[in-house]
Amino acid sequence: MNTVAAKVQQGGGAEGQAAEEWRRPDGRAADELRPLRLEVGVLENAEGSAYGEQGRGKILVAVYGPTEVHPRHMEHVDRLTMLCRYHMAPFSTEERRRPQPTRRDIELSKVIREALEAAVLTERFPRSMLKIFIEVLEAAGGTRCLGITLASLALANAGIPMRDLVVGCAAGKYKGRIVLDLSEEEDKEGEADMAVAIMPSLNRIVLLQMDGELTREEFFQALDLAIEGCRRIHKMQVEAIKRKLQEGLALTPPTEEKE
Amino acid sequence: MSLTPVLPRINKLREQEIRTALRQGIRIDGRGFDEYRSIQVTTGVVSQAEGSANALIGGTRVMAGVKIGLATPYSDQPNMGVLIVNAEFVPLASPTFEPGPPDENAIELARVIDRGIRSSKVILLEEYAPLPGKRVYVFFIDIYVLDHLGNLLDTAALASIAALYTAKIPKVEVVGDEVSLNRSVTESIRTSALPITVTVAKVFDHLLVDPNLEEELLAEARIAITTTERDTICAVQKMGSGAFTRQEIEECVELAFKCRPKIEEALRLAIGHA
Repeated sequence: MNTVAAKVQQGGGAEGQAAEEWRRPDGRAADELRPLRLEVGVLENAEGSAYGEQGRGKILVAVYGPTEVHPRHMEHVDRLTMLCRYHMAPFSTEERRRPQPTRRDIELSKVIREALEAAVLTERFPRSMLKIFIEVLEAAGGTRCLGITLASLALANAGIPMRDLVVGCAAGKYKGRIVLDLSEEEDKEGEADMAVAIMPSLNRIVLLQMDGELTREEFFQALDLAIEGCRRIHKMQVEAIKRKLQEGLALTPPTEEKE
Repeated sequence: MSLTPVLPRINKLREQEIRTALRQGIRIDGRGFDEYRSIQVTTGVVSQAEGSANALIGGTRVMAGVKIGLATPYSDQPNMGVLIVNAEFVPLASPTFEPGPPDENAIELARVIDRGIRSSKVILLEEYAPLPGKRVYVFFIDIYVLDHLGNLLDTAALASIAALYTAKIPKVEVVGDEVSLNRSVTESIRTSALPITVTVAKVFDHLLVDPNLEEELLAEARIAITTTERDTICAVQKMGSGAFTRQEIEECVELAFKCRPKIEEALRLAIGHA
């Protein structure tokens, strides 16, 4: 498990190198991920939390609940009400963003909520509410995917029962080639961008968004590459959870994670 | 911020009826799984707008209007005209629509249509920058939902494309650093694609194109796939809190290309492009 994670950290592995000499602006091969670091249980107040870095990107996610439903009319008698907020810090981009949610933030909050709802056992929590807060501290491309990856870690950390973890990864087309995990630069200049999130053990696609222009063949090439990227990141997710659990065993009584 | 919506419930007996019918290969309104409701597009429905259209898919009715003006370009795209797509889910269209600013569904719909238009280059925006960096064309597409009986996205996409294709674009007059629009002299749009959006709903593990309202409410998930006449895909959006398999995505893409000709025919009839 450790060797796989280490290999991914260095990026992609040797296959990509042997296949072609072509390099991307940041020196990566076409099927190589940016360096990725995932950490579980980083906040004191939240029931569950996770932090991640992908290239320059930095995202923090917190989960609160289950609690009573507010506002009351959003209560479901037979399932959980999920609240999801994807938000970018004003200082996260080159130009300052206004702190109010943008139309993009609102759309992403919706698709991320829907992706996570596919995994959470929502029927276990009638008349209850779960809040997921995704704060992008520094944006560097692929933030919705990293946001989802971290949100499912935070849900696991909060002890919310799920069918599977959810893991996200982007792919796209840059200078005529299908590439994995686009950087901000590649996203801006590229011909197409695809965001994918899957439940890796159940083999289900829970988020799929694409824009740009792709032939049918390129579309499925990009989809398969993104799924492959998700699978590599999933291994690191599992490692991150294990690290947190082991740390818990060493430092605190087994039943008590925090005060 | 996004919250799990509280949606109207389908009666259990009705649900059972729909499920049983699907198992026998029949949809509740008698259609085949890959069959659209009747499609009708009319253009030039609002004379004050530079372009306008009404689209009907079955009973779902959406109007779109295009207004054109001049504006300062975005700083990161100084050589391009500006495109702004907005959608209003007006309360007269459905008991579930509330008055007020666009909600997440309206925003998502507008953004998916925006991406389809932008990605496929329906308007060659780079040709609409008379004074790059200073003064460029701005195209507003305003989508007005009038009656919601399922599959708003495909209907709204049709109305938007029809309104855009038939828009009468006023010519610019450049005098030194001054740019103005001469609304008495117009030309037709400079374009390079005719995108068509096809939505497929996954209902009890069956893939159904053009879901009606009941099918939409029962659907585990939906996927909207926008294709061009170049045999390419230019926008995809998965919606709803369920999941698809890789195999199902493949089938949905096939359905999007399969359904395209019939929709394209209705659209071309309305915009007068053979």
